Amino acid sequence: MDNNIIRFTYNVDGTDFTSAGQASVMLKKNLRQLGISPDTIRRASIAMYEGEINMVIHADGGVAEIEVSEECITIMLKDSGPGIKDINQAMQEGFSTAPDDVRSLGFGAGMGLPNMKRYSDHMEIESELGVGTTITMKINI
Amino acid sequence: MKITTVKELLEAKVVWGEELIGKHVYSACGSDMMSDVLAYVKDQSVLLTGLVNSQVIRTAEMMDMVCIVFVRSKVPNQEMIELAKESGIVLLATDKRLYDACGILYSNGLCGNGVRRG
Repeated sequence: MDNNIIRFTYNVDGTDFTSAGQASVMLKKNLRQLGISPDTIRRASIAMYEGEINMVIHADGGVAEIEVSEECITIMLKDSGPGIKDINQAMQEGFSTAPDDVRSLGFGAGMGLPNMKRYSDHMEIESELGVGTTITMKINI
Repeated sequence: MKITTVKELLEAKVVWGEELIGKHVYSACGSDMMSDVLAYVKDQSVLLTGLVNSQVIRTAEMMDMVCIVFVRSKVPNQEMIELAKESGIVLLATDKRLYDACGILYSNGLCGNGVRRG
C-alpha cells in the first residue's frame, strides 16, 4: 500500500570529498527514528555510504532517493556522471578507475560496488556513457 | 576488554571521549583502506588506522564502532573530533605502528572476528 511508504531525498554534494557521507549519516538517523533493527540499518547505511562516495568520486554528486516500506528499504542513487563503461568489470573486487588522490584518502580500492552488492539483498545498475548512472538497492527488513 | 585497557596497552592518549572509555569492546580491525573495513562486519567495535580524514569517522559511524585508534603518531583534526563527538566515538592516539598495535591487542585477547558477507 503506497500510503505506508516513507520517502527521503538527499542531495549528494560532489564538490568536496571531505563532506561525502553526510547523506548516509542523515539516512542512518532517519532509519533509527523509524525503529528499524540495527543490523538492517547498518547494511543500508554502508551500502548508501559506498554509493555516495562513488557519486562524489566519479560523478560530481547526484541525488539519493530512499523509500521505506514494511518489507524493505529501497535506495536509488542517480547521477549525471560519465557512466560505467563495463558493469561486469566494475563489479570485480579490486577493479577501480578512481584517481590516486582518492586512494590516499582510503577509498578507490575497487571495493565500492562489490560492497554495495554485498550489503543489499538486490542491486540493479543502469548506466549510459555520457548520460549517467542509476543504482537501485533493496535491503529487506 | 574496556577501552581504558586498549588505551593502557597501546600507551595511547585520549583525544576525545574520556567519559566513554569505560565501554566494553569485543573485537577490532586495522586498515588504512576504508572500503576494506566496510567489507567486513561483525560487531567490530575498534578501528585502528593510520589514515587521518573525516571519512575515517564516517566509516566507523556506519559500522557502529565505538572507538578509533590513530597509529603512527597521527592526530585527528578539529573537524574529525567534532564528527566523533556527534557520533559518540572515542578517539585514541598512539605512537605505535599499525602492525604492532594490532598485535598487542590481539595477543591480549581482543580478536578480529570480522565476517565477510557474500
